[in-house]
Amino acid sequence: MAIKDFPIEEYVLPGSAACPGCPATIALRIVLKALGKKTVMIVPACCTAVIESLYPHTSFNIPVMNIAFEAAAAGAAGVEAALRKLGKNDVTVLAWAGDGGTYDIGLQALSGALERETNFIYICYNNQIYSNTGIQRSGATPYAAWTTTTVGGKKEFRKEMGDIIRAHHIPYSAQTCISYPDDLYNKVKKAKEIEGPKYIEILTPCPPGWRFSMEKTVEMGRLAVETGVWALYECKNDVVTFNGKSRLILENKIKRVPIEEWMRPQGRFKHLFVPKKDVKRIKALEEHIEKIWERYRKYYI
Amino acid sequence: MGKTGSWRVFRPVVDRLKCVKCLRCWVFCPEGVVRREEDGTVSIDYEYCKGCGICAAECKVKAITLVREEGDGGK
Repeated sequence: MAIKDFPIEEYVLPGSAACPGCPATIALRIVLKALGKKTVMIVPACCTAVIESLYPHTSFNIPVMNIAFEAAAAGAAGVEAALRKLGKNDVTVLAWAGDGGTYDIGLQALSGALERETNFIYICYNNQIYSNTGIQRSGATPYAAWTTTTVGGKKEFRKEMGDIIRAHHIPYSAQTCISYPDDLYNKVKKAKEIEGPKYIEILTPCPPGWRFSMEKTVEMGRLAVETGVWALYECKNDVVTFNGKSRLILENKIKRVPIEEWMRPQGRFKHLFVPKKDVKRIKALEEHIEKIWERYRKYYI
Repeated sequence: MGKTGSWRVFRPVVDRLKCVKCLRCWVFCPEGVVRREEDGTVSIDYEYCKGCGICAAECKVKAITLVREEGDGGK
């Protein structure tokens, strides 16, 4: 759908506690435009619980249930069961969690809900860190990135959540990014129409967490896709389709932009460029990304 | 949080004659403070705009410029 045809209604209200340039609110605005008013959102500990503001105020124009860090999917499963019992079949249940609450802390509840075939949409907005608690590393943090708990740069590579989700063989899962609003909107819209568990992950570049200036939020997402750090794809009934630029990269029709272009503007990678370029670690990350794409090509072409 | 316009350091100013009505600023605004006007162009709600500058950075025709705020922001 073209941007001008997106619904005009806003469900994320101005005056929230989000940092200026916040990607989570960009993502949530578009997601809720796609889902509409009849949505119940379950939010565990994450930035969104802060953005929501303090009682009796709220930044969201839909019902929200706040729940413990590990319990987003379990809470959503309960809400879904209650709505079903009440005969309210036209309400969408949305679990909205960060990468900490998905990759690490909420993983078992999520896996359980997917396995029980709960009829809900789980969205992970991935900013590759525990940002709201003060920029600690998560399972989604890339190799060599600075966080407050990986001061010299993270030593491990990031986990691939998409592979873990696909092992559950749910009807629909997808990866998207805030920088591609039509891709994001269409994927959420598609998920809404499908029965059963749906999983969507949105890359959300975080200015204070990634240490770049706040007007670059959208550009950093675009560079993540163009460098191949992030892939846009969807998986419907076990058939994986790549979308947009990621499809061209997959089919070798365009070359990935060198990963440095994405790393350079981010202060969390500064120690790889100043005072001396750390060629070894930059190369290690580049090779890791290439290995991921080789795997994609092997399985999904 | 209330009137977040007071957070702003730079104010985005829209040149509605340059605007090509693509609505990229509207869709990417983290706050939803870009208003869609009847003629298809946009204006900004300065009471809540936090001044991140994404609208200006993403405008393809440079119809939005950032101007330093003087005084007390959006109050």
